Amino acid sequence: MEDLASFILDRALRAGASYADVRILDRRQESVNVRCGRVEALQSTTEAGVGVRVIADGAWGFAASADLSRQALTQTAELAVRIAKASAQVNPQPVVLEPAPPVRDQWQSQFRTNPFDVPVEDKIDLLLDADRVLREREKITVSGGSVSCREEQKVFASTEGSLLQQHKLETGGQVFATAVEGPEAQERSYPSSMEGLHAAAGYELIEEMDLMGGAQTIGREAVELLSAPRCPQGEMPVIIDASHMALQIHESCGHPIELDRVFGSEASYAGTSFLTPDKLGSYRYGSDLVSIYADATVPGALGTFGYDDEGTPAQRSPIVVNGVFQGYLSSREMAARLGRRSSGAMRAEGWNRLPLIRMTNINLEPGDWSLEEMIKDTRHGLYLQTTRSWSIDDQRLNFQFGCQVGWMIENGAITHMVSNANYQGVTPQFWATCDAIGHRDEWRMWGVVNCAKGQPVQLMHVGHGVAPTRFSRVRVGM
Amino acid sequence: MLGKESALELLEQAVRHSSADSVEVVIEGDDRQVTRFARSAIDQNMAESNVRVTVRAVLGKRLGYASTNRLGARGILDAVERAEHLASLQAEDPAFVSLPGPAPLPQVRTFHPATAASSPEQRAEAVASIVRALGSLGCEASGWLSAECSELAVGNSLGIRAYAPLTTARLVLVASSGDASGYAQWEGRDISVLDPSQVAARAGRKCTDSRNPIGLGPGSYPVILEPAAVADMLQTLAYVGLSATSLQEQRSFLSGRLGEQVASPLVSLWDDGEDERTLAMPFDFEGVPKQKVTFIEAGVARGVVYDSYTAHKEGRSSTGHALPPPNVWGPYPLNLVMAAGDTSEQAMIEGMERGLLVTSFHYSNVLQPKETSWTGMTRHGTFLIEGGRISRPIRNLRFTDTILGALNRLEAVGDRQELIGGMLCPALAISSFTFTS
Repeated sequence: MEDLASFILDRALRAGASYADVRILDRRQESVNVRCGRVEALQSTTEAGVGVRVIADGAWGFAASADLSRQALTQTAELAVRIAKASAQVNPQPVVLEPAPPVRDQWQSQFRTNPFDVPVEDKIDLLLDADRVLREREKITVSGGSVSCREEQKVFASTEGSLLQQHKLETGGQVFATAVEGPEAQERSYPSSMEGLHAAAGYELIEEMDLMGGAQTIGREAVELLSAPRCPQGEMPVIIDASHMALQIHESCGHPIELDRVFGSEASYAGTSFLTPDKLGSYRYGSDLVSIYADATVPGALGTFGYDDEGTPAQRSPIVVNGVFQGYLSSREMAARLGRRSSGAMRAEGWNRLPLIRMTNINLEPGDWSLEEMIKDTRHGLYLQTTRSWSIDDQRLNFQFGCQVGWMIENGAITHMVSNANYQGVTPQFWATCDAIGHRDEWRMWGVVNCAKGQPVQLMHVGHGVAPTRFSRVRVGM
Repeated sequence: MLGKESALELLEQAVRHSSADSVEVVIEGDDRQVTRFARSAIDQNMAESNVRVTVRAVLGKRLGYASTNRLGARGILDAVERAEHLASLQAEDPAFVSLPGPAPLPQVRTFHPATAASSPEQRAEAVASIVRALGSLGCEASGWLSAECSELAVGNSLGIRAYAPLTTARLVLVASSGDASGYAQWEGRDISVLDPSQVAARAGRKCTDSRNPIGLGPGSYPVILEPAAVADMLQTLAYVGLSATSLQEQRSFLSGRLGEQVASPLVSLWDDGEDERTLAMPFDFEGVPKQKVTFIEAGVARGVVYDSYTAHKEGRSSTGHALPPPNVWGPYPLNLVMAAGDTSEQAMIEGMERGLLVTSFHYSNVLQPKETSWTGMTRHGTFLIEGGRISRPIRNLRFTDTILGALNRLEAVGDRQELIGGMLCPALAISSFTFTS
């Protein structure tokens, strides 16, 4: 691999690059999807390829190829340089990278049980058993679950002399159900919605999930939601469970701190950001309780790695400290514009995509409350669980999020379930009402695999460390 | 890109190698180039070349899938063997009947040499001209210009052999100036038809008209949705209920309502892969010819799209709407067309006493699929209409409404359709639309 990397970098320099880096990726995936009593998809995927990123004439170019022959790699390197020179026609400010020393290292994620060694039949049996539990209930018209795993070997090399090898293993899964009656359709998922819970871990993650137990709970709740009263309208305290807090922090904090986005690179797609550089160090993002860190070093978390995709070491950096905005996710180029160091957040979905500034693990520091104490301390409010819908404006200010299930709290105790629960807010006003955060025992990492950004769209695997959190005044029931 | 001869030879090789009861091979080749620009500079500019082969092996009623982008003989054969191995471990799917058989394919033009030949230099020159045009209006340019040359080949052991070369080009443009922005886009299979200056003029005008917006409180207003906003609405509608899977699982808004009036008589909506005004495609990812499927005809619910699996469940034929394997979403319409009306967008504005003009929506999402309720933000040009003319730009608003409700409150359908996200969309005038913040 080292030879291949050197060959490509040499070809890029010969073609006129002033800087080049290369990523060689080899990835395999296995997924089992069960739906309504059958294995809907049982798939094994392998892919490999090379992505070459260059600076020529002061501008960026990128080319990628699945063909690893020397001839194809030469053409790919030359195409990257040609693209960069074309970019230079419309690039008034030459690219400047924050200086960084070359690094030669290896890194690998930790796991106990390699999920690829677990027989496929065991995964099928687990999911079909969970599906059977779900389908025992009348009115469940959609049931299912998934278990998937991914392993990748990645080599990064640059003309500055870096050479990095990383090995990462990921595992994830979930179960889900939809209950239908008349015009009403209610969804429940466990342990989280969308694609489920994922981590840089082995099959032990699935064994610890208790998908069977989760199926019992969500099957019952999906049916109960059909006859539950709708979420009331009004303003009240809201306690958000940890799985949905992962989305809340993802959308209202994770995206607006991407520094390329702040500088406008997503203006035509995902949007820009209200967290402009003039706010650094002084802007009141949330209450004093709110401290948020970007941390790519959390063991076993989905957004953890050894080095990002331009060779910067993984790190933990402050984003919000005691409610005040302190930092961004950044790259060598974007950090240089602010006179700062890269926070090590350049990541590409695969060999055929450009690295962009992406979330790593964006974590809300734990507080000192238990969930039970939060509920006891709430006179009239709502406890919301599991993401159902999400929408936020292009500055990451005005949001509306929906949850699969809500629970009314009266005089310190949960009284009954409510359906179609949702809430609206404006990011800094919302976080300013944060008045209780769960303690370390309530805190855990939630890995999500569907964070979208860029054109072509790249889906990134990121993590969020969160605990149940309470907000004192929230508009609910839209 | 393999080209037709090599792709079909690869199909034959994989089919011959399989010892499964039946086998399907799908080859997706992709040479894609995207020039992305932000704040009037090209900042992301890329090219990729990839070919992915996916094998579906069938053993009785057990199915296994494997894919690879390693094209050497061993790589393809390995994928066949992995698919067969997984099938052997599978549980039986009683509802599976068979892979589809061959059928004549329609002749549809899907390939234009100009798009395939698009170079980084040509795209940079187009972006430079856009930057100059918008700069003269005091606006910055952000967006992307893409040119994609791809191929789809599908073959199976029942005799299907389908191949289509495909080109797609797209220009998405946002003009911005302070707190104002304007949007315009173009897409098609033939990049030689693209006139960047025309797209720049539209985005620039929207942006300059959007300067100094005023705030407007939440409430229900008459609205005119331009085609980009309508595209968002139709895409959401397709997602929540235009497939046989959603109907069979009783979660579609059409469940139990086929034959009923579900929208204004002004609404007719269908999917037509042969319509070359869309991103036409002769067959789906199972190699089945695409049929025209009508979802809503003059407001009456008529049907949904099928792939072979969902079709067999009802003892009918696939309509040719399978997605790439393995497909956990069910069939999907990729060539949606909403019938044009007879009202120009200017006439819609002149006919509105007080209401809003919405250029596009942003980050919309479904709240309750069967109700078709959804929420999102307006973006890149929202205007107040007073006395039959655009009076002021307004700040973006959040809407929360139901799509079927909006389609029942239609007052007029635009006489111009625009291709957005593969869908042919007119503007719509709606008597009342709810904004919640």
